[in-house]
Amino acid sequence: MAYQFDFSSINAGTLSVLAEGMAVSLKITLFAVTAGVVWGTALALMRMSRIRLVSLFAASYINLFRSVPLVMVLLWFFLIVPQVLQNTLGLSPTTDVRMASALTAFALFEAAYYAEIVRAGIQSVSPGQATAALALGMTPSQGMRLVILPQAFRNMVPLLLTQAIVLFQDTALVYVIAVADFFGSAYGIGERSGRVVEMILFAGAVYFVICFTASLFVRFFSRKVQQ
Amino acid sequence: MNYNWNWGVFFAEAIPGQTYLSWLLSGLTLTVSLGIGAWIIALVLGSVVGVLRTVSNKWLTGFAAAYVEIFRNIPLLVQLFIWYFVAPELLPESTGNWIKQLNPLAQQYFAGMLCLGLYTSARIAEQVRSGINSLPRGQRHAGLALGLTMTQTYRYVLLPVAFRIIVPPMTSEFMTVFKNTAVTSLIGLLDLTAQGRQLVDYTSQPYESFTAVTLLYILINFSAMRLMRWVEKRVQVPGMLLGKR
Repeated sequence: MAYQFDFSSINAGTLSVLAEGMAVSLKITLFAVTAGVVWGTALALMRMSRIRLVSLFAASYINLFRSVPLVMVLLWFFLIVPQVLQNTLGLSPTTDVRMASALTAFALFEAAYYAEIVRAGIQSVSPGQATAALALGMTPSQGMRLVILPQAFRNMVPLLLTQAIVLFQDTALVYVIAVADFFGSAYGIGERSGRVVEMILFAGAVYFVICFTASLFVRFFSRKVQQ
Repeated sequence: MNYNWNWGVFFAEAIPGQTYLSWLLSGLTLTVSLGIGAWIIALVLGSVVGVLRTVSNKWLTGFAAAYVEIFRNIPLLVQLFIWYFVAPELLPESTGNWIKQLNPLAQQYFAGMLCLGLYTSARIAEQVRSGINSLPRGQRHAGLALGLTMTQTYRYVLLPVAFRIIVPPMTSEFMTVFKNTAVTSLIGLLDLTAQGRQLVDYTSQPYESFTAVTLLYILINFSAMRLMRWVEKRVQVPGMLLGKR
């Protein structure tokens, strides 16, 4: 092979930059999973609502976000969020809003995917449970909150975690609006030191180790839940 | 907000002889052709790898499992950068140089197609595997008992049913492949997303540009879904559970 590898650009100085980048990736992931599950659960409930207008809104929201590429959603929010912030909070146009845009985009985008997982989870609970809750004198919302959702979430945990791994991988796309996440930092270091090849491979290896380990954990965990 | 809406901007001339609309349409063509090319690669490789995951040879299943895990656990963007920036450097020098001398557009296009194809193939392989595994074990045994070889059993007994079972989950993979093509805009390919960004720079009408691009993605998605529904209807086994909706 003609190519001479040189991994010396990964050293004590750059490792702290890479760690900061990883912190950004994890921060986006954590925020988007939390916000996505909460908003996604709300959307799933709205989707199953008997009020036509509400379920129509939720269905349109979910279908819209699921038909557009994440890159495009990131660009949209990078366009909208700064304007909204400037109009409502009166921020100066020079404030760095890339991170806020990325967080908004990921939370709203992932909610559409989480909504479908939650809906499937709710539907996996046998309909007798809802009837039983009503028969016990619970209101429909109590039945949903105290009987159906706890069971639904237990069934959903493996899928929610798998989606979180996918989401963690997707955070690399913030590259498009120049947020310095793990991949962005690695690529930047590669460009400055002329060692792009090594840094891309290094980033790929790190992502692989993290995601593979996490997916093994999810598999182990879901087997335990099923027992 | 005082924003000047101007939907007529798409009919304005971008450069002599080309309107902005024609830019968008060229992006659309690129996105669709990239998606279809990647889908064909993915379908072929994914079927082979998916079948390998179900055979009884330990080495082959191990290889197939490793294949799936590698492509599933590295972000698509990183894989794309590996194919586009890293692969030409690691190939033998003559091949690498030959690639680098190609038209940049061709380099981006084929790197993107190969990357998306391999990435999607790992996901298809999982669907094929679960399709084959969902069949009763008796089918494989019955095929072998009838004197068919293992290859014949797959060809005439297992795969015809497995492929039909997995059409619904494949629909969402098919739609995903077109959405994933947007990533190629990050290596400079002028796909639909990149054309949208270019329009923002040239026209200063960001909302109209992004709305048009978004609508075109919805159109692609909708067409992909209709196409797969049609396939689903065409291939369903009469009387089987999956015939019901």
